[in-house]
Amino acid sequence: MILVPDHFAPNKDIESAEQVKMLREFAAEQSLTNFWDVGRMGIEHTLLPEQGLVGPGDLVIGADSHTCTYGALGAFAAGVGSTDLAAAMITGQAWYKVPEAILFELKGKPQKWVTGKDIILYIIGKIGVDGALYKSMEYTGDMIPLLTQDDRFTISNMAVEAGAKNGIFTPDSVTKEYVEGRFKREPKYYASDEDADYCEKIDINGDDVEPQVAFPHLPSNTRGVSEAGDVKVDQVVIGSCTNGRYSDLKIAAEIMKGKKVAKNVRMIVIPATPEIYKQALKNGLLEIFMESEAAVSTPTCGPCLGGHMGILASGEKALTTTNRNFVGRMGHPKSEVYLAGPAVAAATAITGKISSPEEVA
Amino acid sequence: MKLKGKAHLFGDDVNTDEIIPARYLITSDPEELARHVMEDADPDFAKKMQRGDIIVARKNFGCGSSREHAPIAVKAAGISCIIAKSFARIFYRNAFNMGLPIFESEEAADKISAGDELEVDMASGLITNITKNETYQAGSVPEFMQNLIKAGGLMESVRSKIGAK
Repeated sequence: MILVPDHFAPNKDIESAEQVKMLREFAAEQSLTNFWDVGRMGIEHTLLPEQGLVGPGDLVIGADSHTCTYGALGAFAAGVGSTDLAAAMITGQAWYKVPEAILFELKGKPQKWVTGKDIILYIIGKIGVDGALYKSMEYTGDMIPLLTQDDRFTISNMAVEAGAKNGIFTPDSVTKEYVEGRFKREPKYYASDEDADYCEKIDINGDDVEPQVAFPHLPSNTRGVSEAGDVKVDQVVIGSCTNGRYSDLKIAAEIMKGKKVAKNVRMIVIPATPEIYKQALKNGLLEIFMESEAAVSTPTCGPCLGGHMGILASGEKALTTTNRNFVGRMGHPKSEVYLAGPAVAAATAITGKISSPEEVA
Repeated sequence: MKLKGKAHLFGDDVNTDEIIPARYLITSDPEELARHVMEDADPDFAKKMQRGDIIVARKNFGCGSSREHAPIAVKAAGISCIIAKSFARIFYRNAFNMGLPIFESEEAADKISAGDELEVDMASGLITNITKNETYQAGSVPEFMQNLIKAGGLMESVRSKIGAK
């Protein structure tokens, strides 16, 4: 059992402080050692794999919809409500309906600047926000070995944005290398049966996928960045359980190095965990961001869900590496959120309008 | 048991941020959440609706976050049930766990107009449109999930199983 107060922490107000206090006291009362308080706290879905607390073959439920992230390690992981979680804590049981599976065959090579975020946004754009409702999204194809573990985390993370119960990869050498020396238990590597039934098979060709942008107000409202048109933004956010990993920061820092954030744009960079923060500090990434006049925040979900640390005013627009662009998601109901990967986010911060990294590289 | 009320229509993909925006998640008080129900989909909804009324939506109702505040807000506001073409997975689970009845029916979602008087039979899933004099059959709900609703939600059901108060 693992408890991570990440949404509003460090506590944004008295109410959230009271909620976290309740959690802290519950952890102490129940002798739960896996309570990750501020200082050790990171965004749960980045923290748990990083700390080796979830791994291949696990069955995981979490009281957060992006629990499906762990499918990238070959775990079956699904989000539930907090009462489901409480009932499982008490009884040791949870109810499941076995989902049908859609097989996505990823073919060819990812284009330049394309990362996991672009691939999953492209897929959601193709199938819609209920395109995989109550189903499992399973990935195969000759592109898989070319995808980093971080790419896969991002792809599995947004399965829920297509309505899916989980998004799952078969562990390969990339996963095994990630897990080795990190996962605290014995990993179990599962693969699909050769004669497994799929309700649908969908091919995705690398040649068709340029860096993507999801326009307001649905993650499925995607287009290639070359077709984004002239959209000026007020804020750029790099962070969240979707794209707050070291590799995301590195891509952004490489683009931002020696450049400044555009006038009238606030850029906020949120390393997802203390380890990522430390690594980014040690390797000079945070200095690059700060020299470019971006703000660097302590780990938190923060603005992704309109919690704190970067809320939008009426009429404002943000381009962010987070996962949802629903009405009011990052603040005022009359604000707008555009979703993209770290490369488009960095380029957009520099130009002040939605831009391809090609424009600034 | 029969649920009776007036229909309020919503579209496709109504998400949990519209049902109860994250700015209100700092509380789990049902009455406070109810004051903001559906606020970002229709800012006046909490004022317009009356206890017993029914939300009728199109596909993928409740997509997005796993927040139970969404069904809690709907239930506490006095909405008697939700009818939709389909529900997002976690919302579907949470609704039963919170004791909020929900019904899936394409036909009902297509034919019901705003303000229609509806009556829903909990056990059979038969929806009667009193205004239009039509009936629609909603998909059946597994028995153990009907029992969750009868028990008043998953917590009550677990409580009675383990004999706790």
